[in-house]
Amino acid sequence: MTPQEENFMRKIEAEEKIEPKDWMPEQYRKNLIRQISQHAHSEVIGMQPEGNWITRAPSLRRKAVLLSKVQDEAGHGLYLYSACETLGISRSEMIEQLQSGKAKYSSIFNYPTLTWADVGAIGWLVDGAAIVNQVSLQRTSYGPYSRGMIRICKEESFHQRQGYEAILALAKGSPEQKAMAQDALDRFYWPALMMFGPHDSESAHSQKSMEWKIKRETNDDLRQKFVDQTVKQIEVLGLDHPDKNIKWNEERGHYDSSDLNWDEFWSVINGNGHCNRQRIEHHVAAHDEGEWVRDALSAYNEKKRAKKAQNAA
Amino acid sequence: MTNITEKLELFEVFVRSKRGLDHKHVGSLHAEDHEQALEYARDCYTRRSEGVSIWVVKSADICSSQEDDADCFYDPNDDKPYRHATYYVLPDPVNNM
Repeated sequence: MTPQEENFMRKIEAEEKIEPKDWMPEQYRKNLIRQISQHAHSEVIGMQPEGNWITRAPSLRRKAVLLSKVQDEAGHGLYLYSACETLGISRSEMIEQLQSGKAKYSSIFNYPTLTWADVGAIGWLVDGAAIVNQVSLQRTSYGPYSRGMIRICKEESFHQRQGYEAILALAKGSPEQKAMAQDALDRFYWPALMMFGPHDSESAHSQKSMEWKIKRETNDDLRQKFVDQTVKQIEVLGLDHPDKNIKWNEERGHYDSSDLNWDEFWSVINGNGHCNRQRIEHHVAAHDEGEWVRDALSAYNEKKRAKKAQNAA
Repeated sequence: MTNITEKLELFEVFVRSKRGLDHKHVGSLHAEDHEQALEYARDCYTRRSEGVSIWVVKSADICSSQEDDADCFYDPNDDKPYRHATYYVLPDPVNNM
């Protein structure tokens, strides 16, 4: 190991954070860029399935809440893009990578939101799973990422609670509403579990990322946490658990559960989910349609600069 | 004799007390340029190992909102209590989310 590498590893082992101007191994930087940009893209693409329901929210209150939540997601994307930029990649490069498919985003957002109950299920289960992951990432070794996570976690609790509240209202409503809640749970439960990624043994980047403390807990450990906490939440709703094999294991102190449909997981990751193409097409279209705003902005800045220079002369 | 501080620029000083934490504003000082401000800041604000990293920023470069404007500046947020987690009343057994 070079002295630089030794110094770097000493900081990692002492639980010190790595800051943007510190020396770091190229692969550490690459792993971080991949993970943080993927996280940022997920926040931004994640606005689409929920945004789909803003105009059709069942009440003004639900609509205001949903607007606020989607607005938060845009903000979270911004925190994360900014954190990633400290590693020396530009915003436009990241957007290019998203649009060309080189960079991924969470596969959960390739599932469609068919009913209003899906919006509740996303807040409760998808944001719930994201929180489990993000709470763990507050202790990540890269300073700007860690601070971003702390800020995001503070805001995220509202997201999960509003989702659960919306689902609870349906679950306690008419038989049709209850059925709608059950259907949303049945469809979103499994993809939510897949959000934690492949089994540790199959995860390409996990080992190095754990060693460098970019990730603090393994995919399977985080998934288990989520499985455990969700059982009670389903019970309180009075809905049926989608996993018929869910069973408390006294010895492990955890719930045992069914294995996931990994063929589906890889298929969605590789672009064959219900909405993959639509999500990226929409992002490209929105980005292109915003071109005139960016043009107007730089023209205005140019004009202001020229005026300032003239006044100074 | 003109006061020397009138010729020097005012800088705001931010210190990171520990790796992983945000830089926090600790005060200001006069200096000739950024480099000098950084040295002065070290002498002035970190005599007892208060930090691991210092930022200095020209005070004139800071654009700030005015506290007198706080009412109208933040007003649109006050009528959105639903942005807070505590707004949602959930059954006790699941209230820890």
